[in-house]
Amino acid sequence: MPKMTLSHFEAAFLFSLFSSVVLGVVTKRTDRDRLHYGLYTFACFLAALFGIGWVMYLGHG
Amino acid sequence: MAKEKEEKRPLPPLGTWVPAVAVGWLIPGGGHFMLKRTGRGALLLVSVTSMFLCGLMMRGAMFQPQNGDLLTTLINTGGFIGDVCSGVLYLLSVWLGYNQPDMAGHVHDYGTKFLVTAGLLNVLAMVDAFEIAVGRKD
Repeated sequence: MPKMTLSHFEAAFLFSLFSSVVLGVVTKRTDRDRLHYGLYTFACFLAALFGIGWVMYLGHG
Repeated sequence: MAKEKEEKRPLPPLGTWVPAVAVGWLIPGGGHFMLKRTGRGALLLVSVTSMFLCGLMMRGAMFQPQNGDLLTTLINTGGFIGDVCSGVLYLLSVWLGYNQPDMAGHVHDYGTKFLVTAGLLNVLAMVDAFEIAVGRKD
């Protein structure tokens, strides 16, 4: 099994991607809603990723 | 109150949903394939499997149930349940000897979380398969 070394951002990006796909698939009742919800959750993950990243950066001084 | 009573429906016979949920546990998305939701099953299979494989390649640790203080018990038992929920992915990796100790470092830490989250996402897929099997969802 090859070893994978990712940065924080890459790992969090992959995590967001896979989680959003599953959340989109299992949550809504039509394909259109599933696509929208998947994109929405992915955007929320990324917003949290950048937002919390900046908070930690600024909090460190 | 009356509305609540109307919404509560009795659980259908076990034969209608247990096979789909069981196959869904063993093979991520398998319940959906069984219920002829091929596209959704394929998306679930790819996502859960990719997340689990990323966790393995990041050398994440598998949890083992441990007793101790409340937090230790909660984290380790909960993590173990999350790992086991990945079904055949977990069983195969354990049978093939994957035994990564818990190590310091962000990559290993992410790997551990990826492994547990793959199982938790599979739980969501199993719940979805259950709802489809009993007719609560299209």
